[in-house]
This record gives sequence, structure tokens and C-alpha cells, in this order.
Amino acid sequence: MALDEYKPQSGDAELENKELKYVGTTPDRPDGLDKVTGKARFGADLSLPGMLFGAIVRSPHAHARIVKIDASKAEALDGVKAVVTRADFATGLEGEYGFVLENVMAGEKALYDGHAVAAVAATSALIARDAAKLVEVEYEVLPHVTDVDKAMAEGAPVINAAYADASVPEGMHPNVVRHHESGHGDVEAGFAEADLIVEDTYVTEAAHQGYIEPNACVAQMGSDGKGELWVCTQGHWYVQKHCAALLGMETAQLRVTASEIGGGFGGKTTVFQEPVALALSRKASRPVKLALQRSEVLRATGPTASASMDIKIGMKKDGTITAAEGTFRLQGGAFPGAPMEFSAMCAFACYDLANVRQVGWDVVSNRPKQAAYRAPGAPMAAFAVESVIDTACNKLGLDPLEVRLKNAAHDGTKASWGPRYDQIGMVATLEAAKAHPHYSAPLEPGQGRGVASGFWFNHGGETSVSLSLSEDGTCQVSVGTPDIGGSRASMALMAAEVLGIPYENIRVTIADTATLGYNDVSHGSRVTYASGLATIKAARAAVEKLCQRAAAKWGIEEDAVKWEDGCAVPSGANAGDFDPLPLAEITATMGSTGGPISGHFEATPEGAGVSFGTHIVDAEVDQETGATKIVRYTVVQDAGKAIHPAYVEGQYQGGAAQGIGWALNEEYVYGEDGRLQNTVFLDYRIPVASDLPMIDAVIVEVPNPGHPYGVRGVGETGIVPPLAAIANAVSNAAGVRLKSLPMNPPKILEALEDQAGDA
Amino acid sequence: MKYLTPASFAEAASLARDASGVTRFLAGGTDVLVQMRADIVTPDTLIDIKHIDGVRDIIRGADGGWTIGVATPGAEMKEHAELGAEWPGVVEGMDLIGSTQVQGRATLTGNLCNASPAADSVPAMVAAGVEVTVSGPDGSRRVKAEDIPVAPGRTSLSKGELISAVHIPPRGDNGGDAYLRFIPRTEMDIAVVGCGVNLRLDGDVITEARVSLGAVAPTVLLVQACADTIIGSTLDEAALDRLAEAASAACNPITDKRGTVKFRTHVAGVLAQRTAKIAYGRAKGETK
Ligand SMILES: Cc1cc2nc3c(=O)[nH]c(=O)nc-3n(C[C@H](O)[C@H](O)[C@H](O)COP(=O)(O)OP(=O)(O)OC[C@H]3O[C@@H](n4cnc5c(N)ncnc54)[C@H](O)[C@@H]3O)c2cc1C
Repeated sequence: MALDEYKPQSGDAELENKELKYVGTTPDRPDGLDKVTGKARFGADLSLPGMLFGAIVRSPHAHARIVKIDASKAEALDGVKAVVTRADFATGLEGEYGFVLENVMAGEKALYDGHAVAAVAATSALIARDAAKLVEVEYEVLPHVTDVDKAMAEGAPVINAAYADASVPEGMHPNVVRHHESGHGDVEAGFAEADLIVEDTYVTEAAHQGYIEPNACVAQMGSDGKGELWVCTQGHWYVQKHCAALLGMETAQLRVTASEIGGGFGGKTTVFQEPVALALSRKASRPVKLALQRSEVLRATGPTASASMDIKIGMKKDGTITAAEGTFRLQGGAFPGAPMEFSAMCAFACYDLANVRQVGWDVVSNRPKQAAYRAPGAPMAAFAVESVIDTACNKLGLDPLEVRLKNAAHDGTKASWGPRYDQIGMVATLEAAKAHPHYSAPLEPGQGRGVASGFWFNHGGETSVSLSLSEDGTCQVSVGTPDIGGSRASMALMAAEVLGIPYENIRVTIADTATLGYNDVSHGSRVTYASGLATIKAARAAVEKLCQRAAAKWGIEEDAVKWEDGCAVPSGANAGDFDPLPLAEITATMGSTGGPISGHFEATPEGAGVSFGTHIVDAEVDQETGATKIVRYTVVQDAGKAIHPAYVEGQYQGGAAQGIGWALNEEYVYGEDGRLQNTVFLDYRIPVASDLPMIDAVIVEVPNPGHPYGVRGVGETGIVPPLAAIANAVSNAAGVRLKSLPMNPPKILEALEDQAGDA
Repeated sequence: MKYLTPASFAEAASLARDASGVTRFLAGGTDVLVQMRADIVTPDTLIDIKHIDGVRDIIRGADGGWTIGVATPGAEMKEHAELGAEWPGVVEGMDLIGSTQVQGRATLTGNLCNASPAADSVPAMVAAGVEVTVSGPDGSRRVKAEDIPVAPGRTSLSKGELISAVHIPPRGDNGGDAYLRFIPRTEMDIAVVGCGVNLRLDGDVITEARVSLGAVAPTVLLVQACADTIIGSTLDEAALDRLAEAASAACNPITDKRGTVKFRTHVAGVLAQRTAKIAYGRAKGETK
């Protein structure tokens, strides 16, 4: 993911004020039946004639020079058809391609526990597994570091002396590879005006996206140099481009098809095993299936970054924030790219501040290359900032929602990260939270309540959509954004709205890379906004043609026909007196009235509206064991316009559920040896269903001017407030401030004990 | 890998005695099959004991005790009303294992022989005074549950031996048992600490007690010192304080990804108190 993708956006005014018939309803999801009956095909569900199975050889060391790889024993094993190492990939790649290749297959050094160093393909998965064990790799083990603060400290082992870019000031440790600074006003003057200054350090551990479907693909390279790839991914054009580059082939020669996807949450916006499967297939001249084990997913695919953050906030007695300052040190594994600028830019974005400054540091260490995880960088920043605001509210005896309302960003506010906000929903979410019965419900003894707000940019991106009508009046829509959150239903609803035909008459398909123009990945909460906008415009293009056919039939001017409720109608009394002509009647004869009718739209829309949310959480802490139970949870978030409200609620609930995991129990546990200790879901503790309360979802709708129906993306904002809201609830329940995630039972007991010691 | 389905324990024992390499018995398979898939243990010989007559039975003995077949899944125990009324702690310990799916397969015997220090049914069995019949090529013997595991992943059974039945003693009057575990989540987790308590009352006074701790030492512990703190008491505050202290003192845990020494030691005391209170309430007939 290129970091410049989230540049401030300002699109055309698109909003139309029109009564909506289909948009806003909640029809059945089109993929539901296939998924519950097991018919849906995921990454590992394709099998081809003559197919081989791949397995990856991984470094057991956190940091080691690869002295020698001897694959002769593996190659001699019956059934083994190919072994690949770095020598089987393109050379001379630079920038992000270079980093991705280095991550996908180590070159001179293994940079983290689980780093791929070789791979084998064999006639069965078991033979491949055994063969992988026979590949002999000689390592020279090097000192390692896995902690962000230690990685920046003097004497820390250097991951790669050439990483740091020009933004890093002289004198920093070479593991500090990028630097960001932004803000406005005069923070020193602001702090001087404050009645109270709260200053604290907060830390978070890395958390994995925890998608249920392990990364998997089936690759087929022909001896003519053409390739096919079936893969579970959030963006197959990205996969196409990167795999082609890593294999040294031309992009158009590789056709990539996206399978159904069992979760991604940002983690499937890059490549891991895909180029390896292609390289194995090229070498063996046979199709290769490569499906990762869960332990490989946790050791070697990208979790989010871990963070260490210093926050300082000045507040007046009435709750006015006079100045805010934050430093965000993010560890994103062995490669540059930790989203520290997003942490910095989102940290104070909810507020209208006269004086604000934020600094970010990108730090490398011997951990897997971080990947995006819903609103990358923002949740940890919100955890630190919203905890400090809560501390200040407690100290001054102020209501935390009132204080947020007092300082809330509104239409026209100059954002902490630069631009002026257009029409935004921060105040509306706070008002809705305040009015919600949850906020005034009494608490039981031992319980505490926390609130927190959060911000995310949202994104547009390259988008291309085609839509075609069938003779019977039904419609097929081809989009290029894998459906990770119900987008097929939303696209069908938007197409139905424009065409005026029922939702059930529309089938939406995720097209492969050969059938549409480049589509950016399904990330940045962009799909319902951008693919939705393109679907609407593609449908409008088809409507225009439908109107032309009606005009020709009636023998009137094209602009004397308009489209209403699925029919062409004369635009006014002067246009003539004709019965409405339904879509299906026009398409029935389209072959002889001018040919097939379709619509297409492509653009890089820039009107993704920013989004805000506010969460309310009640937590109960067992003071004897440190165990926490989340007893009530309410999400309030601005959706702009909820196209399919049930899916929007699902996004909100999912954000809260993942936030509960990240806040309470999920963490990467590294041993002294630099190896990941918890490589399965038994010990990498994502929440189970019984850990979660019913999560109440409140949809606020402040329309985004950049979308015809007002859509703002909703996929990411929902995970921004939870860490903070839960930390505030737990801290208020325990009576002690928790400053480190995860807030697992030993940590809570420790904090309680320290406090007892203080008193 | 050889997969064998003997029709009797004698046959199973001689197959195991004659097998070479790594041998595993297949009860519910919820440890064995998982370990195979995860490439942790790939047995050379897999002896499925589910084809032996009566291995899924729950039978009341002449003395009022119970004999549980070695392939009886947790779900069958949970649905057995009389067993649950008499030994709620043992049934709970078993029932805490895994999910609904796992419950359809997992067994007491498998949990005991997998020899994990954190096994959930084992502290409850040890507190209850459970014994097992061990069958071997040369006949059979009775062994106390606490004497089966000897170290993480290791049992006292010798080559060719297997468990052929689990015996829960008669409940008798004025008794109650309970099992509690501490896990960071609410389900699907491994005990950071487990505690089993089984006691008998005369009026309000505890006359017999057995207290066991799981996940705080290489094997499940039967802690006489804990029992001693509450025998003769009415489980008053002072007795509970002494119990917590004795439980913490008995711990010999490790720090790992699941919990620290300090945390485990502290929580063992808390759990011992909570478990004892439940067992006490049950012995009095006040709670189920
Ligand atoms: C998803 C999941 C969740 C789990 N959760 C828990 C949990 O919460 N708590 C917990 O304690 N465990 C848990 N387990 C582990 C497992 O389910 C239990 O240990 C279970 O009781 C094992 O019983 P089984 O019948 O499946 O044993 P099997 O897997 O069949 O056998 C286990 C071991 O016992 C040996 N064995 C079996 N029968 C005999 C016999 N008759 N004589 C001698 N040796 C024998 C086998 O050789 C093997 O070594 C979980 C497992 C899974 C997969």
C-alpha cells in the first residue's frame, strides 16, 4: 500500500437529493447460500489436473545470514518436482517491489522468525512437508531485536543500514527509517494557557488481522510464459502487478482471479506465498497449490505495527483543550512502512485544536513485515490520545462526552493533519452517543464505563466497473474490488436504484484482471464509495442508451425521454404521449435496435468523505484475578448513507469485536530467542463468541457530498475507538489507569498491585 | 502408519507391546489427530480402542460408584443426570474441554493420558479420588488417577499398557465436589490455573477433603496441605485465608506465554477459595 494514497481528497460534488427506493433496504446477501452450504470456493478450493502442492522452508532464527542452502536431499525425495530459492526470482528490483521480494523470499539474510528461505513443490502436501524439512540451510545467527524502543536504542543490531530515507535526522539509530512531523499553531503557548497538563506514555503490541482463511492460492505457469493465478486476496490487480514484477514477466501475461475471501481486514492487501507458488509452477511446469498453515500466517504474514507513544494534552478547567502533542514510534517489522504517519495524522483528528503537533517514527526490527489492518496506525494513536483525555476528564471532574463535544471538529475545522473539513459527522456521533440509553444506564459495582472517539480518512482509488443488460431485462455488474464486507449486495442495490429494476434481477461478479481496467485493492474503506460511485455511473450510462432506444422507437428527441422507476417515459407533456416503456421491453429487442446495451465507468474518484465514530463500553474487572468482562458495548458511527444497513452494522460490530481482542488478549509474544511463542489460535487469543456482549450499532448519516447517495466508507473507522474506549472502561472499573495493551489479567493485577503499593 | 482396531483390551495390549516406533491409542482423537495434523507427533502405530465392547458405557457399580468407559465422550457424561448430580465437579471439568464439537469425542482417559499439566478433567478426577484400571499383556491393576501422569506428556504406563476403565468412587452422603479453571477468555483456552475440591461434611464441619491444583506444576498436584487447612473447619474466613496461602505455597509453576509464575501462584489461592465454596455449598445440598 503506497502511503501517499491517503492524501487529502476533494472530489466533485456528487450528492443528489432524491427519494431512494432500494438503497437503505436489507435484502439477503447474494453469497449467503453458497457460504452456509459450503459451495463457496475460497483460495484453497481450486484443484487442477496434475496439480502439485507447495511448502515453504522458513527461518527458525530471528536474524541470520544465510550461508548456504543445500536442497539436494529434498530434490532426491520421490514426488518432489521443484525447489526454489531467491535465485528463481527477478533481480534488480527497487523500492517497494524490492522490499516485497525480500519479504517473500529472503536473499542474504533471514530477517525474522518464519522468514521464507526456500520452497518445494511435490505431488502431495505430505511429501512437500517432508521435503521442506530436508532442505538444509546453513545460518550464521546474528543478534536480533524485536521491541520498538530497544530497536531505536544505541547498540541495537542493525537490520539494514540502507533503509533510512532523507526524512530521518542525523544521529538516529539506522533502524529508524522514516520520520513525519505535522501540526499547526504554537503548542508551547497552548500548554502555557492550560489549567491541567497530562503527559503519559502508552504502548501497544502487534495484533494480527486474524482472518479465518489462511492465505492460499493456485498458480499455473505455462511454458509459453503466460500465467494464471487463483487467489484469496483483497486486490488482484495489485497481486498481478507485484507477482509479474517479482517473476520478471509482463503484467498482462498473468491473469489473476480472486476467490471468495475468508477475511482480510487489510492483511490480504499484499502478497506472501503467491509469487512463490508461481515460481514453483514455472520451475515444475505444473500447477501448484500453496496454502499456508495458521502458524505460518502468524509467523510470516503481516500483523499490524506495535507502538510506543508519548502524549501531552493541556486542558482548561472547562474542558477546552489548549494544546496537544504526540510522538508515535511504530515498529513494522523488518522493512520500512509502519504506518506512523497515519497514527500521527489521525491522533487528534477528531478535535478542533488551535495548537497541535504530532511526530512519527518508523522503526524496523526482527519481526514480520507489517501489513495493513483496518485503519492502519489509527487505533493505537486513539488508544493513547483518548486515554489521556479520559485521564484529564477524571482529574477535572468533567463528563467525557461533554468534553469531546466542546472540542469536537465540525464543518470547516482545520484538521490536525492539514486540510479543512467539508461536511463531517463528529458532532453528530457524539450527540447520538449522549442520547443513547446506554450512556445514562446505571453501572453495577465493579463495573466502569469508557467512551472514546476515532477518525479515519477513507479512500477513493483507481476504479473500473462494467455493467451489461440481458435480453430478459436482468443486469450483470462486473466490479474489480473483492467483496470483503458485502459489497456485492451494495453494488446491486445501487444499480437497482439507478435502473429501477429489482435487486434480485442483478448479479454482481468480481471480474478477473483480464476483464476490467486496473482496480485498486479493497482497502481504505473505499469499495462502497468508489466502486459504488462507478456502478452508479455505469448504470447511468446504460440508462442513457435505454432512453436513446425509446426515443428512436417513439421518434422523438433523445432529451425528450427520461428514466423513471425502471421505464423510459416522455420527459414532459410536450414530448408526446407514450406509455412508459419498461427496461425489459427495450432489452428484448436491443439486438435489432442498435446492439447490446451496457454501461462502463472508470476513474480515480477523490471525494471519499472522512468518517468519525464514538464508542461506549461497560467493563467489569475481577479484582482478584484481573479478568475483564465486556458487559455492554455501543458503537455510534457516521456512515454518510447506509446502502445496506445490516452490512453496515456488521462492520461496526466487527470493528468492536476485533478491538476487544486487541485490547484485552491478543498479542505477539516473542521469546528471548526472537521466536514467536504463540503461533496458533489457542495462544493467539482472538475473542470467541462467548467473550462478546451483543454489540449495539447506531448508524448516523451525515451525507458525504462526494457520493451520489452520500456514502462514506465504514470498514475501518469502527476499529479506531475500541482500544481506547475499552481501556477507559477497564481503567475506570479497576480504579487504575492501564497504559499498555493487551490489558490481560496478569497486567491488570500488576497495575492494581502497583497502585496498592503507591497508596 | 499402521491403523489397528482391536476387539478387546487384551488384543490392544499385545498389539501395543509388539509395535515398534511411536504408538498412540486413539480414543476421541482430539489430542492425537491434532498433533498429527500440526506435525508434532506422527505415530507409526495408531490403535483405535473404540471398537472394543462397552467402551462408551457409564455403569453404576454395586457399591454405588461409577465405571466410565474409556471412549465415553464428554457429551455423554454431561447428559447423564445421575452422574452429574453426584459428581458435578468431575462432569464440569470434562465439560470445560473444548467446544460442542470436541465434546462429542473427547474423553476422560485421553485427557489423563495426554498428560498435560493443564488438563481440565484431571484435577477434578484427582480430587474425587478416581482410579483407573490399567490393562497390560500380563493382566491388569488399579492405579490412582494422580499416579498416571509423571511429567508433561509422559505417563507411568509401560509399553503395552493401556487404560481399560475409569472408576469414580461412590458419592456417599453429605459430599460435594467442584472444579474451576482460570482462562483469559471464556472458552476454547488452556487453563492457566485449575483447581478441584471434593469434601464431606458432618453438619457444617468439613470432615474429609481433597484439593488438587492444575497448571501450576509439571503434573496435576494433590495437595494435602490445602486439605488440612479446611478439614475441621466450617470454611470460615480464617480457613479460606489459610487455604489460599497453602494453595499458593504448593505452586511450582513456570512463566510462559499463558501466565507468569507470580500470576499463577496468586490465582491458585483465589481459585482454591472459590472452588471450595462451591463444593461446600453442594455438600450442604444448598446448591447444585
Ligand atoms: C479445540 C480443542 C479444544 C480443547 N480444549 C481443551 C480444554 O479446554 N481442556 C483440556 O484439558 N483439553 C482440551 N483439549 C485437548 C483434548 O480435547 C483433551 O485432552 C481430551 O480429553 C483428549 O481426549 P481424547 O479422547 O480426544 O484423546 P486422544 O486424542 O484420543 O488421546 C490422547 C492421548 O491419550 C492416549 N490414550 C487414549 N486412550 C488411551 C487409553 N485407553 N489408554 C492409554 N492411553 C490412551 C493417546 O495415546 C494420546 O496420547 C482441546 C482440544 C481441542 C482440539
